[in-house]
Amino acid sequence: MTGPLLRVRDLTATVTTRREVIQAVRGISFDINADEAVGFVGESGCGKSVTAKTLMRLAPEGASIGLGGSVAFWGQELLGLGEDEMRDLRGRRIAMVFQDPMTSLNPVMSIGAQMSDMLRRHLGLSVRDARARSVELLNLVGIPDPARRIDDFPHQFSGGQRQRVLIAIAISCEPDLLIADEPTTALDVTVQAQILRLLLRLREERGMALMLITHDFGVVAGMVDRVNVMYRGEIVEAGPVDDVFARPQHVYTRALLDAVPRLQGAGAVR
Amino acid sequence: MTEPLLQVRDLSVLFPARRGAPPVKAVERLSFEIAPGQTLGLVGQSGSGKTTAGRAILQLQKASEGSVRLMGQELTTMRSGELRRMRRHMQFVLQNPYSSLHPRMTIGQILSEPLQVHRTVPANRIRERVAELLELVNLDPAMMKRYPHEFSGGQRQRVVIARALAVNPDFIVCDEPVSALDVRTQAQIVALLQSLQEKLGLSYLFIAHDLAIVREMAHRVAVMFRGRIVEMGSAAQVYDSPAHPYTQLLLDAVPVPDPVLQRERLRRPPPDLRFLDGNGGACVHGVDHARAGTPEWHEVVPGHGVSCRYWPKGAGREAA
Repeated sequence: MTGPLLRVRDLTATVTTRREVIQAVRGISFDINADEAVGFVGESGCGKSVTAKTLMRLAPEGASIGLGGSVAFWGQELLGLGEDEMRDLRGRRIAMVFQDPMTSLNPVMSIGAQMSDMLRRHLGLSVRDARARSVELLNLVGIPDPARRIDDFPHQFSGGQRQRVLIAIAISCEPDLLIADEPTTALDVTVQAQILRLLLRLREERGMALMLITHDFGVVAGMVDRVNVMYRGEIVEAGPVDDVFARPQHVYTRALLDAVPRLQGAGAVR
Repeated sequence: MTEPLLQVRDLSVLFPARRGAPPVKAVERLSFEIAPGQTLGLVGQSGSGKTTAGRAILQLQKASEGSVRLMGQELTTMRSGELRRMRRHMQFVLQNPYSSLHPRMTIGQILSEPLQVHRTVPANRIRERVAELLELVNLDPAMMKRYPHEFSGGQRQRVVIARALAVNPDFIVCDEPVSALDVRTQAQIVALLQSLQEKLGLSYLFIAHDLAIVREMAHRVAVMFRGRIVEMGSAAQVYDSPAHPYTQLLLDAVPVPDPVLQRERLRRPPPDLRFLDGNGGACVHGVDHARAGTPEWHEVVPGHGVSCRYWPKGAGREAA
């Protein structure tokens, strides 16, 4: 296959809620190549999460969304796709990990049931195979004693473990693109480092493209090849991550970089 | 040294046994002081007991042992009426600016409430004081007629801070006050807290898991692990020459905004988290605390101390 995995052109998204109509995404264009990790950095309300949801064709909660432009996935236009076709793609070819691992899991279903559900629906696995695959996946994301933990419910896992479970579910169908929207924002620094290491490892092992969305430049620094900076629904700066850090061009990018708190001192940064 | 504003000695919180589970020592023998106008940063992972410690200091959580003295007054044995009068000296700023403001009350009503409860200003001056408070946190006084949902996360946190300031407190426990905010908003709130400290001489206990933020805020830093303080010193001492392996582990996990360095850091093997309890025999510093009856605490240099607990055997340094 030729061309990028994802080719987005002049994408616009208008979000309509009960209260207001927001032009959340104002004509952005970008590519994500296979095996590539691309960061989207910006503050709340800049349109980064809406962009991600648009790729999955999900509307923000309690809102409807009007879209314009083009989103081509391996050359196939997604914006005109029917819900049935989209459901087939979602989770299977493009998967997503959200910020809050508690609300993205079903609290009354065991982890195993939630994982098997996905595997049976998308890959047509038998009950037994889906369970075996789920144990394998939990092991892969570093959940200790997965054969025993698989029947546990979401509340029995810590925040970091729940995020690992979500990642396991997201990669279960070997997607070509994983979208991670603030995957570590709710977590401690040590757990954050574990989750970032896990994402890095999975990407390398499986040759999966990664779209990493965050407000924190520190999080994207070691994780992505290229970065897009978003402000008020537009991409205001785009480039290789090393260039953007070393020579930020846009005043907004500079402001975001300056805001990252730093640990000075010899003992701190090793 | 001046008289400390807050003095905590051997503070412990024990959560009783529940449904067959053994009792949990959430906070164990915490001791520290905070001088007037100073900030102590309290860092550690979730579950380390930071929040419980903050609540126990404010007497929102019963301590099982120990002493908490604020402005020379012992709080743990105070009667409730007296304690209520002490509450205007100590306030709380919480993490979530979305759930800590009543959605059906205007900003003006939210800020008037503590003024009415503590009767710090006469009724005819409340409106004036509310305007003053909004100005203090750099918000437009005209905002008092509006509701919380009309504000951004950063603005709401300013309102929460204004509410804490309403009663002219001397001491504020800030529990993860910026962790729900964007980085640029975090920097603004940190700057606000610092300027208020200078202007009003406030003391803060600043609880956070983000070590970089604490570095900007704190004069002294205490690192908590499993309910205990494992290291304490000036911010420069703890950050520039961390002594405890747990402190080093926390520092190593902070992402650095430098792609080359951060890439290299993420590729290192993950740290070994199997901390040993260090029970029995000599500690890593070569002292048998059980036999000598001494606390598990070693002074590295004046003002900088470290516990030998949770120190993996074999990873020790020379006796301090």
